[in-house]
Parts: sequence; C-alpha cells; structure tokens
Amino acid sequence: MSQSFDEISAQLRRRHRKSARLKWISMGALGLAGLFLVLFFADMLGKGMPAFQQAQVQVEIDYNEDAQRMGRAALDPEVSRLVSRTFERLIPGQIRDNPELLGTTETRWVLADSQVDQYLKGHRHKLSESQKATVDALVEQGRAELKFNTTFFTTGDSKMPEASGILSAAVGTVLTMLVTLAIAFPIGVMTAVYLEEFAPDNRLTQIIEININNLAAIPSILFGLLGLAIFINFFGVPRSSPLVGGMTLALMTLPVIIIATRTALRSVPDSIRHAAFGVGCSQWQVVRDHVLPLAMPGIMTGSIIGLAQAMGETAPLIIVGMVAFIPDVSASFAEAATVLPAQVFTWAGEPDKAFVEKTAGGILVLLAILIFLNASAVILRKKFERRW
Amino acid sequence: MNIQVAERSITPMTGHTAGEPVTRNEDANHELSIRVRGLDLWYGTTQALKSLDIDVYQKNVTALIGPSGCGKSTFLRCLNRMNDLIPSVRIKGLVEMDGRDVNEAKMDEVALRRRVGMVFQKPNPFPKSIYENVAYAPRMHDLVSRKADSDELVERALRDAGLWEEVKDKLQEPGTSLSGGQQQRLCIARAIAVRPDVILMDEPTSALDPISTATIEDLMDKLKQQFTIITVTHNMQQAARVADYTAFFHLGEIVEYNDTKTMFSNPATKKAEDYITGRYG
Repeated sequence: MSQSFDEISAQLRRRHRKSARLKWISMGALGLAGLFLVLFFADMLGKGMPAFQQAQVQVEIDYNEDAQRMGRAALDPEVSRLVSRTFERLIPGQIRDNPELLGTTETRWVLADSQVDQYLKGHRHKLSESQKATVDALVEQGRAELKFNTTFFTTGDSKMPEASGILSAAVGTVLTMLVTLAIAFPIGVMTAVYLEEFAPDNRLTQIIEININNLAAIPSILFGLLGLAIFINFFGVPRSSPLVGGMTLALMTLPVIIIATRTALRSVPDSIRHAAFGVGCSQWQVVRDHVLPLAMPGIMTGSIIGLAQAMGETAPLIIVGMVAFIPDVSASFAEAATVLPAQVFTWAGEPDKAFVEKTAGGILVLLAILIFLNASAVILRKKFERRW
Repeated sequence: MNIQVAERSITPMTGHTAGEPVTRNEDANHELSIRVRGLDLWYGTTQALKSLDIDVYQKNVTALIGPSGCGKSTFLRCLNRMNDLIPSVRIKGLVEMDGRDVNEAKMDEVALRRRVGMVFQKPNPFPKSIYENVAYAPRMHDLVSRKADSDELVERALRDAGLWEEVKDKLQEPGTSLSGGQQQRLCIARAIAVRPDVILMDEPTSALDPISTATIEDLMDKLKQQFTIITVTHNMQQAARVADYTAFFHLGEIVEYNDTKTMFSNPATKKAEDYITGRYG
C-alpha cells in the first residue's frame, strides 16, 4: 500500500523545519561575524581618525638672547606651556644655524602640546583651569585649532605623542619587505618548480613535501628564534636591521610561496606540457616558456598574500630586536629599524593616553596597506585568469 | 589444445618476415622510416606492449587501429619517447630510426622529437598568438634567427596546414580563439614548422566535428608527400580512407599489419576481420 502525498508531507514537515532551523543558525553565525567586523571597524575608525588631526597654535616667536640657550624664552610664558616641547627645543639650534634671526620676531602656526590636542578633541586631559581658559581664548581668536596631522606621516616615533609619526616604521616595513621578497620569492618559486616539475616522486621528496607543509603551521615566534640563532649569532647580521628582519620573515613566507606556486603549477594542464615536449622543448624550456608564464598569476597572488601575512607579523621580530623605539628613519638595510605592526605594539604599551589614538591610527594605516595588497592579489588573479 | 595453439590456428601470418606487411601496396613508397623489433613495454608490472615488430615506410600514412586499451597510443608514444614522462614505464626492444636506436643512452630525446613531431588527440595550441604557436619551435631549435625568415616559415607551415587563408589577417590573436578544427590544424602547422621526418597523430580528429575531420583527412593526404605520418584512429572508415598501411592492435600485440585495401577487403586474420566488421571493439 503506497502512502498518499498528505501522509508523506506530514512526515516531511519535520525535516523541512529542521533544515530551516539550520539555515537560520548559519545565517545568524554569519550575521554575528559581520557584526563584530562592523564593530571592530567602527571602533578603530572612531579611535583612529582623530590621530589624523593634530592641534596647532599660532604663536609669536621672539628670537631673543635668552632663546639662544632655552627655546622656551622665545615664547610668551602664557602660551609656552601649550606648545609642544619638540618645537621649543629646536629654537636654539635655528638661531645658531642662522644668526640673522637674532632680534627678529615671527608669527607661526606650531604644534601644540598633546594635552591641548586632547582637550580640543574632547578627550581626557591634564590642563589646569587657567590653561583651559587660555586655550579657549586662543580658539576664540582663531589662533588654536585642529589641523591635518602631517607630522604623523613625516616623522618617526617620539616620546611626545604630538610629535610621533609612522614614517620610520613605514620605511622599515618597506625595507624589510624588500628583503623578504628578494629572498623568499626566487627561492620559493624555484623550490616549487623543482619539486613539481623535476623531482622524482620518491621517499626523499615526499619527506621534503611534508616538512614544507608543516613549516607553514609553525608558530611564527619560532622563526624569530631561528633568525636570532642563525642570522644574528652565527652569521653576525646586524641586530634590529631590516636585513635580519626580512630574512627572518622570508623563512616564514617561504612555505606559503612554495605551496601557492606548486598549486599554480599543478593547475597548468598537462596538455600544454605535452605540446611543449612534443615540439622538442627541454624540460627547462617547457617550464620557462610555457608552464611558468601560465602559473605566474597564481604565483603572484600567493606571494602577495604571503607578503601581506609577513607584513602584519610582529612576534618573530621581537626576538631579532625590531620591536623597539626607533625615532629616526633608517636609510639602509643594516641600520636599526622597526615595522608598522611593531610600532603599533610599541605605542599600545605607552602609558600616555594620547598614544591611544596613535595606536589606532597606526592600525588604520596598516589595515589600509593590507587591504590594498590583498585587493591587488584578487585583481591580478581575476585579470590573468585563463581558460583552456 | 592450449590457447597458444588455438591463437596460431587463426593467425595465418606465419611464413612472412616479422614486421613486414602481409601484402604490399604497390603504389606506396617502401623506403624504411622506422623499424621496430621485439618491442616490449611495461607500466609498472602490467605489460602493455608485447614483442612488437613493424616496419614503417617513409612518406606514407600508416594507421594504427584496434579496440580501446590495445596499446596503439602507447606504441605511438614510444616513437618519440613521450613515454619517458611516465615514471613507471619500462621499455625493452628496438625502435630504430635512421640507423640509430631511439632508446639508446646517447640519443637525446629532444633531438628525436625535433625529427618526430606529434599532434595530440585534443587540440592543444599554446596559449600564445597564432604566429607564436608556429614560430616558437623553429626559433627554439635555431632554425631561424631573422624576423623575415621566421615570417616566411610561419606562412609556409600555415599554408601546408591549410590554415593560412583563414588566419593570415589575425596572426597576433591567441591560438585558443580559433575553432576546434582550426586549432588542430594550427597544432599540425606547429608540428611541421620544424620540418620533421615523421609526424605522429594520436586520434587527431576524435574531438572534431565531421567537416573538420574531413579537412584534416585531406590534409593528411597532402602532407604524406613531405612527411611520414603515423596516425592512431578509432574510426575504421578514416583508416580506410587515408592510410596506405594499417596495423591492427589487440591486447598489446600487432595481430595484423597489412596494406590498407587488403586489410579492409580481405584481412589475413580472423581477429582483424571480426574487428573490422564490427563484431567487437
């Protein structure tokens, strides 16, 4: 006796309800993840955007005799406390370099003290009542306001929040990534080419393969230890330098590039290899002229993602001394330098509240670069995608 | 009565020299191109080719027919050592071309493939321009160095492959933009661009429509004036139409090698007759 549609539907109702429930749960999970992402970005932007503005005050600078020794003497005592000490410190030097300044006066917009900045932004500050009144009066006269913070992008780290910037870390990141790319890209690609196109499939290559895959899963701080032991202690590469940092990160990026390259090589159809062998290509000509060009988009995508991963890495750099206070922009691969995430880490540890927005601002810059890199990886892949 | 004896009883090929066709095609050229003697091939422990003997003559079309898995493609790949790419393959026996054993240690497989070109089952042009598809190999083998020579060679190869009129105005477009039949003719142009002696074709029309197939068959007929063509085919009519000689493969053996007309009208073996008349395969 067969069942009627109504009987079957009655049984099915429970199954349909169950699948509907699971659908809602999975959508809820996605929604929650999305919500956290929105919260994260909102918080980051809310805390970080103020870092791109900085308070400045218009002051009258009087290059007098006393200012030759103590810069503060050049300013009206009432506003001198409201001006960044980094600016005051520069005055004696300016007079020494340019004696004609002595006896003249000048009206200029200068960097305000971080407390004024925090007060104007409505954050917690340590200004006294009278100082607050002075600042209010200056604002009233249009002689104190928040302006775009060029300092943040043109200077290195500083102990004074108003004068600290990300340039030295950004330059350090660029130098470090150049070293990483120069080492990891050729070695990674050639390793993958050998394993995929030349190596016989035997015990040894299988062991190498397994170890490369395992290498990708090793905690990154261990690479830092390796860098310390081998590059610094054994080879004597300068500590804290982009050279040693880049080499350490290259170790970390190698397995990512190798795995991505092998996948890209494997996705090149064998018919292309056969065609190339068929016209009398040597093994290397097959790889160089036919397989590598077709695999290149995949290799580039994998390498960019590996590089982006290395760029966000801090842990291994702690061990090789790159997480440090570096006020000066390093000019060579051998000088001490720091990188963007390390700079964020350093600022996050500062007790001064004014560094909070610097931390968030640094993260925003880092995020922007990483999003740019990942987007370019996606665009590369889309652009060069081929059909056979 | 054991099986071996039974096999012999339906194979009245005894008495003629190993490797030679049972009946000669009097119109054909009989200069030797490739001589194969006692060729065995194993994939791992499975023997795929069993003691093959065959003489292939120059400037003929020789068709290899037989049911799937009988070893005809495997045999074809022995002639330009494409089987070297498969690690588990082991080969014994003689494949002789121009007085040299192609499997000897001194023989460079690149040199061999320069003289023995190949066209594959599925058209596989390089994902480069039409021009580059043809010009690549001659340039790589240092046959041409100047641009003008290269242009001339590309035109000649494309004309020989019957493709020139269709592509002369779009030589810089990708080879993969052509239709399937055009792609296969581009692959033929690519193979003949280095002026090989022999062209191996592994079911060159099985992925094509009937009209493209007819075009390629006509082309094979023209090309055999310049090249020795060995083609694998599943299509019996095709073998009958284009081949001067036909070898029938079964379970890794050459059961019968004969003049094509005789093979299709009056086969010497029962197995070949059964296969040709469609009783199996």
